[in-house]
Amino acid sequence: MRAKYIIKKSIYALITIFLIIIFNYFLFRVIPGDPLSMVMRNPKATEEAVQKTIEMYGLDKSWYEQFFIYLKDLFHGDLGMSFEFKRPVMEVIGPKVLPTVILFGVSEILAIIFGIFMGIVSAWKRGTKLDVTILSVSLFTYSMPVFWLGMILVAVFAVNLGWFPTGGITSPGVAIMGGWAHVSDIIWHGVLPVITMAVLIVGEYALTMRNTLIDVLGEDYITTAKAKGFSERYILRKHAFPNAMLPMVTIIAINLGFVIGGAVQIETVFSWPGLGNLMYDALGARDYPVLQGLFLLITICVVLANYIADISYSYIDPRVKNEA
Amino acid sequence: MSRSAKSAIRKRKFKDFCSSVYHNKMAFTGTIILTVFVLAAVFGPILVPFSTLDFGANDEMMQPPSAEHFLGTDDMGRDVLAYLMSGARISMLCGFMATLISMVLGTAIGIAAGYFGKGTDNILMRFTDFFLVIPWLPLCMVLAAILGTSIWNIIFVIGITSWPGTARVVRAQTLSIRERPFVERTVSIGAGSFHTMIKHIMPNVFPLIFANTVLVAAVAITSETTLSFLGLGDTTRASWGMMLHYAFESGAASVGAWWYYIPPGLCVVLVILAFTLMGYAFDEIMNPKLKER
Repeated sequence: MRAKYIIKKSIYALITIFLIIIFNYFLFRVIPGDPLSMVMRNPKATEEAVQKTIEMYGLDKSWYEQFFIYLKDLFHGDLGMSFEFKRPVMEVIGPKVLPTVILFGVSEILAIIFGIFMGIVSAWKRGTKLDVTILSVSLFTYSMPVFWLGMILVAVFAVNLGWFPTGGITSPGVAIMGGWAHVSDIIWHGVLPVITMAVLIVGEYALTMRNTLIDVLGEDYITTAKAKGFSERYILRKHAFPNAMLPMVTIIAINLGFVIGGAVQIETVFSWPGLGNLMYDALGARDYPVLQGLFLLITICVVLANYIADISYSYIDPRVKNEA
Repeated sequence: MSRSAKSAIRKRKFKDFCSSVYHNKMAFTGTIILTVFVLAAVFGPILVPFSTLDFGANDEMMQPPSAEHFLGTDDMGRDVLAYLMSGARISMLCGFMATLISMVLGTAIGIAAGYFGKGTDNILMRFTDFFLVIPWLPLCMVLAAILGTSIWNIIFVIGITSWPGTARVVRAQTLSIRERPFVERTVSIGAGSFHTMIKHIMPNVFPLIFANTVLVAAVAITSETTLSFLGLGDTTRASWGMMLHYAFESGAASVGAWWYYIPPGLCVVLVILAFTLMGYAFDEIMNPKLKER
């Protein structure tokens, strides 16, 4: 049963990725200005450069041949040349991955811990002042444009109080020292961006956890457990919590796309040299090949995250695998 | 049923709805906040002349709040309060228009999928799933960058990326309504598909759409703010997002010009909060099942 379910989900994921590749290709073909006119716009473009561009993109061939050239290049890891940096897109994107992964990973862990905790407290103390406070805070952080929060944090903690740097990932020259000095410098630079991102994510986790836990607490087996005379704390930990955790797995995966949108803003405000900052630069410079590469990377990551969530769901929730 | 009886029922339902809104704390707060902003957007120019926004109207830049400029001036010498009110027009226009596009698309696709079922449903829902999986904010950014910066492009981009959620909700509701006897009856006396969908299914899906619309409006306004902040907004029509963009570019946060970057952000938060509160409350009012929460 589970094998069937996994195969089905794998095929879906592969089809979606393939559709995304097609979508991504045509999205960037409708832009006013194909690769050729981009080159031609440069007054210094030589006959040779024009010829080279035509050859590189296969612009003298039919559209489906062009598409196959794109596919072939893609599988060889060739995403084209950046307009702005005049380097292969892969080389431009490569070094930006780690800073984003660090920022995202740390914030996500913090948000999961705090979100679950807030949700449990809120559901348990439902209707009390504490619950209302947690709900309002969650709604407020959820409504806030995240870059604005970043700007306020910079103004208060970096400019006024001077506790943290205003942006960047390292102080000049520290990288050469290496070792612990370098690591602690990155942590020091990372505090504000990580807090901003964690605040962006935590609201939804808290709300989801609260609502599912309230649903679960209304189930018959909780009443049964109460009738058996178990303590509230025990029921919460052993009966309610594990079941309320199920939807969280999906929420975390679905949220990824939303978080990436947040990363663009946060990395811009804090000049954090990651994928989001690169996307901001590419948007400003209309560097289409880099945008195309980034968009492809982001969408595929989101599809994979959803796929992993589906698969892990079949392990933690036995009902799911039987549905297939 | 006669037309007058029908309209009497509608009137009573509307009155019931208004009284639930009045008695629901969340809905009431949300409505009040939103009304204040709409009034400010409409009557703003009477209170604070927009002429202060003209280029070179004032050469005192980045002035803190004073009796003359209640919220100070920005890096171009513009009055922040006047700017804020003209921004309210653009931000809210953008939010409403984008929501309208999204609602029309979402409702049409949802009802068509649910009503026709089979192949149509399959194709439309795969299409919806596909859009649901693509992260909307990056998609908005890329589309806005490709189409170019104008307020109508931003509205279009937000509209065509935010409908999948609505489509799914509407489809689910349509599926259940389609099975009810009165639909079967209309079809059996010869009503066409289009007539049945518009006249009989849509009114029953409406309560759901309504609650959903309010939530989509919140998303639309956030999206507009974010896109503008990232430099994808219309430079000729300044929304709150564009204000924040200029504030960021001019380093308002570093020079301590709080009167420049706090107010537009706060306005966005309040409007979104108002929409979110109303959305949740309407959902509660119209779906009695949720009342216990």
